[in-house]
Amino acid sequence: MTFGPSEILLITVAALALGILISLLRLFLGPTAPDRVVALDTVNTIVVGLMVGLAAYYEEVVFVDIAVVYALLSFGATMFIARYIERTKENQEAV
Amino acid sequence: MDGWTIAMIVLLAISIFFILLGTIGLHRFPDVYTRLHAATKTTTFGSIFLIAAVIVYGAFRLTEVSGDNAGSFMHLIGMSIIALLALLFTNPTGAHAIARAARRTGVEPEQAVIDDYREVK
Amino acid sequence: MLTFLMTFIGVFLLYLLMVLGTGDGGTFGYLFHWEELVAGLIISLVAAAIARTVLGKAENTKLFVRFPLFLVYIPVWFAALAKANLQVAVMVITGKIRPGIVRIEPGLKTNLGKTILANSITLTPGTLTVDAFDDREEMYIHWIKVKDTKTMDERIKGVCGSFAGWARRLAE
Repeated sequence: MTFGPSEILLITVAALALGILISLLRLFLGPTAPDRVVALDTVNTIVVGLMVGLAAYYEEVVFVDIAVVYALLSFGATMFIARYIERTKENQEAV
Repeated sequence: MDGWTIAMIVLLAISIFFILLGTIGLHRFPDVYTRLHAATKTTTFGSIFLIAAVIVYGAFRLTEVSGDNAGSFMHLIGMSIIALLALLFTNPTGAHAIARAARRTGVEPEQAVIDDYREVK
Repeated sequence: MLTFLMTFIGVFLLYLLMVLGTGDGGTFGYLFHWEELVAGLIISLVAAAIARTVLGKAENTKLFVRFPLFLVYIPVWFAALAKANLQVAVMVITGKIRPGIVRIEPGLKTNLGKTILANSITLTPGTLTVDAFDDREEMYIHWIKVKDTKTMDERIKGVCGSFAGWARRLAE
């Protein structure tokens, strides 16, 4: 087996997958809702990096197109969840 | 090993080190604000180096191939830059949204020596 | 008119990045196909006509005019980001933190200046924006290693470093 740039990319993708697992542990442990959102945000960023790495490994540019869309959609999701947490608290105080 | 391989090893090693450090920081730090520090900064920095490595890889493949195949690697480089721009603009904004939601719902910063926000209403 | 031009150039540059490498070895080599360029011009003109009031507010044109300064700003920002990451690395390993939320009044009036400052200091050493307001000048910053400061100027210097000045130069 030759040790060239594509093998290094594969090792990087494996390491990033490990990072996703560590972040998911925080997503399950909590303890508060914002903690879980932070973990989710971290997972999203790492997934975008992982997709770009895989695009270079498989030499399929479509992966990067999907990574861009994923980055923007996950940003929308993060903003929406943050707003949702704020609004839920206000409703509880009003009742 | 040639120069391309060494450049990619250096860039990807920096990227892996900081991203894994950020995920470990999610468990090392006590509350949501300090965890945001760890998660946002390190993953943004790591992504910059990861995408720089992909651009180097695209340039390396450009020197090997010729003709119609060259286009797809230029496309890879261009789209990677767009992915990086998307991350650079959205990451700090998302972190700010989470921090504000946390503070407004009354999550207190742990081990805090000063908290000016308590006076706001 | 300036807002239209600003949106048009921004959209067209993004489009050029997206279609990089579509060429067939013609006039523009393998970089661009001329049909893609014509389509991009039309799309950018339509997008700029629709979105110029959204993206290019009159107060934001200053950033467009001061574009060379922005290019100088990028290395400064990147050096601060690298320093912030080394600091976080040390903190993750040693676990020594002294956090707190502080109030600063950087004296920025426009929303663009506040946005640049807030997003910059989120990625620079030890600071994270918690809250900022449309109508007030104050901002609330989570500071991971609080230094004791007496005056507001000292505090702004400790939190923002040179970035308060940069935001003012870029946007106001």
